[in-house]
Amino acid sequence: MKFRIYRYNPETDTQPSMQSFDLNLEAGDAMLLDALVMLKAQDDSLGFRRSCREGVCGSDAMNINGRNGLACITPLSSLKQPIELRPLPGLPVIRDLIVDMTQFFKQYHSIKPYLINNDPPPETERLQSPKERAEIDGLYECILCACCTTSCPSFWWNPDKFVGPSGLLQAYRFIADSRDQATAERLDNLEDPYRLFRCHTIMNCVDVCPKELNPTQAIGRIKGLMSKRTV
Amino acid sequence: MAVVKRTFDVVVVGAGGAGMRAALALSEAGLKVAVLSKVFPTRSHTVAAQGGIAASLGNVSEDNWHWHMYDTVKGSDYLGDQDAIEFMCRAAPEVVYELEHFGMPFDRTDSGKIYQRPFGGHMQDYGKNPVQRACAAADRTGHALLHTLYQRNVQANTNFFVEWMALDLIRDQDGDVLGVVAMEIETSEVMILQARATLFATGGAGRIFQASTNAYINTGDGLGMAARAGIPLEDMEFFQFHPTGVHGAGVLITEGVRGEGGYLINKDGERFMSRYAPNAKDLASRDVVSRAMATEIKEGRGCGKDADHVLLKLDHLGEDVISHRLPGIREIAIKFAHVDPAKDPIPVVPTAHYMMGGIPTNYHGQVVAPYDGGPEEIVQGFYAVGECACVSVHGANRLGCNSLLDLIVFGREAARQIIEDLKSNPHPKQLPSDAADRSLSRLARLEGQKNGESVSEVGAAMRRVMQAHCGVFRFPDLLAEGVRKIYEVAERAKCTEIKDKSKVFNTARVEALELDNLIEVAQATMTAAAARQESRGGHARDDFPDRDDDNWLKHSLYFSEGRHLDYKPVRLKPLTVETFPLKTRVY
Ligand SMILES: Cc1cc2nc3c(=O)[nH]c(=O)nc-3n(C[C@H](O)[C@H](O)[C@H](O)COP(=O)(O)OP(=O)(O)OC[C@H]3O[C@@H](n4cnc5c(N)ncnc54)[C@H](O)[C@@H]3O)c2cc1C
Ligand code: SF4
Ligand code: SF4
Ligand code: FES
Repeated sequence: MKFRIYRYNPETDTQPSMQSFDLNLEAGDAMLLDALVMLKAQDDSLGFRRSCREGVCGSDAMNINGRNGLACITPLSSLKQPIELRPLPGLPVIRDLIVDMTQFFKQYHSIKPYLINNDPPPETERLQSPKERAEIDGLYECILCACCTTSCPSFWWNPDKFVGPSGLLQAYRFIADSRDQATAERLDNLEDPYRLFRCHTIMNCVDVCPKELNPTQAIGRIKGLMSKRTV
Repeated sequence: MAVVKRTFDVVVVGAGGAGMRAALALSEAGLKVAVLSKVFPTRSHTVAAQGGIAASLGNVSEDNWHWHMYDTVKGSDYLGDQDAIEFMCRAAPEVVYELEHFGMPFDRTDSGKIYQRPFGGHMQDYGKNPVQRACAAADRTGHALLHTLYQRNVQANTNFFVEWMALDLIRDQDGDVLGVVAMEIETSEVMILQARATLFATGGAGRIFQASTNAYINTGDGLGMAARAGIPLEDMEFFQFHPTGVHGAGVLITEGVRGEGGYLINKDGERFMSRYAPNAKDLASRDVVSRAMATEIKEGRGCGKDADHVLLKLDHLGEDVISHRLPGIREIAIKFAHVDPAKDPIPVVPTAHYMMGGIPTNYHGQVVAPYDGGPEEIVQGFYAVGECACVSVHGANRLGCNSLLDLIVFGREAARQIIEDLKSNPHPKQLPSDAADRSLSRLARLEGQKNGESVSEVGAAMRRVMQAHCGVFRFPDLLAEGVRKIYEVAERAKCTEIKDKSKVFNTARVEALELDNLIEVAQATMTAAAARQESRGGHARDDFPDRDDDNWLKHSLYFSEGRHLDYKPVRLKPLTVETFPLKTRVY
């Protein structure tokens, strides 16, 4: 099985390069992450993040044959060879397939990603009907892998100003939660030529989300709420 | 070499459910806290928990904490400490409501309350019928819980040290704990983090086994650090094998599937659990179900061409239940087992899952160790919570959904205890001059090692030995040989060599340092398993098939130095209620 993998170590390399690897492995049921772990056993300098190996922790997002995805749930059998692996686009590379996610998390933090409810909590749970609860399905499941945000051209050009699909999906997760009382404040926070309105509905984000979430739809709903309140 | 030092009130090592629940309370109390994690907090393995968190809310069926306590004591095969179990089960409803108030997206009942599902070993009326006690957010409860706690910590401005790895514990002459030595992974910079209180919440060590439901990062670092610093590890022979890991991949299929009505079948299509647990059937506790499966397979009733697994059937639940209550499971089954569970059963095998043992603590999260004649003296300045700790609420076998509960109850309680302890202890103690030496020499050894074996080779050898010699059923000759073999692997682990010497995000070095911890845990587990001559909970000896309360109703303590074992009594006296007396365990 043939690979071409982006290599860069700032200590020793002036420029990144693509390195070829050969692995004696039948695709079978194996995932791309399994192959990377085997490659690392041959060459321990190969750098990538991983943890859960089941698509829930969001560690091993990378650019796989030109498309962002999670290595641990990408079957080798689905990939054309040589399999080309690069770090997520649009973020600074620390080393090899490892990117600096600071900017991504900064945008996440900027949307106040926590429930705001200033009423004193009741003795038991706050009530929420199954229907109200269903409003945040397809939103709360985000694993913060950054596949979507780093596939978004608007984020590449304005990573410091545009919140990006992942952050906006989370903004809507709290707006849509019947227990949250800060919708107005949340909309104010996004009322800006860049933070929300840089999204031009290019849909790259929806294509790549490994959890099959739909940031574009969430963004559309926020825009809808925004225009409703101006009229 | 001079090592930079920073000083905090509290250092928390670990940002899973346990670490983040504690960190939240500590930050809100205005203390200066550093929270270290090898990975970004929401990547901690709590994120993978599926089924639920146990609490006797009684939202769906009648319930109370006495029943929960009884089930937990029985589930533990009477090795759990009844004071700690009472404390946990009583606190459960309150801490779950708190999570809901924090914003956790639980599923709801029609009346808008938190949805609860049945789970293995959780019963009504002291063991009579299954009860709906597992509070669930679909089959993504751990994800919902972990993200909620992270979000809350963002609001509380908690100071995270992301991608920092703690290497060793700092202890002084008196045995007091004064902080940790840690390494920033991105730069390989080593630093002393001094603190008046050090809290470990480093999670499990499932990676000592070949087939495991655990993440790559679950390498028992907290236990390794504690063991190297002379602190014993408690009840390490008790490792839980979860009945339903996906055959081959190891990825977990939650017991919630059986809670929702799924069941196991052998190659004849027989629902075999009826023979082993006539009352609870597929919802008997995990040790019982795993042994039943292993027996079916051993006796030739396994499925597949190698007759090496059984099947988990859930298609009869219907599309609706599967897509609403178990969407994550469907995703996993399709990806890792190549079956759609709405149509076909999932091939499963018992898979290493949870470490009941750990760093010994009392129910306030304070680490306790034998000293000067007392079996449980407080180690000043040191606390542990979550899977790395042994309180012990799980005893010889943990009930499903009691771990997430353990994280939250004791995470909160340890923080309360720390806040109180720090009031009477306002000044940091003087650091010993050799505070960083152990870590520095481990790093120097790796740096200079020539002609050593690779970390992946030695790690694979360790996992093979554990898998073959210390599984669901344990045999005397295999254990004796296992002890010899694992000590051999431990020698090899002392001379691992990494080729990559870079200072920039060196994951090879991280893995080598993790192996030092794994091997401590593996030795403790094998040694304690070979010594315990009875069967209890997760420890099933072929040569001693019965529980032996006369000789073995006691906790084991493994000391890394000299690999010797000691024992201490089980706390049979609860806080306010009567002791649950020892009984034979039937489900
Ligand atoms: C697949 C799966 C499903 C489960 N489902 C359930 C369930 O439904 N209900 C239930 O009750 N239990 C469940 N469990 C068990 C439960 O999820 C775990 O026991 C629990 O989440 C462990 O939490 P923790 O906070 O102790 O550790 P973790 O969440 O594992 O966190 C450990 C933390 O420590 C950090 N760390 C470790 N070593 C170091 C170091 N050297 N330096 C710095 N940081 C370090 C890590 O980065 C991480 O932040 C499940 C377990 C698994 C594996
Ligand atoms: S739809 Fe919007 S957020 Fe998504 S990729 Fe396009 S511009 Fe980016
Ligand atoms: S929306 Fe999807 S792609 Fe984007 S961060 Fe969340 S899980 Fe990843
Ligand atoms: S390793 Fe966790 S998402 Fe892939």
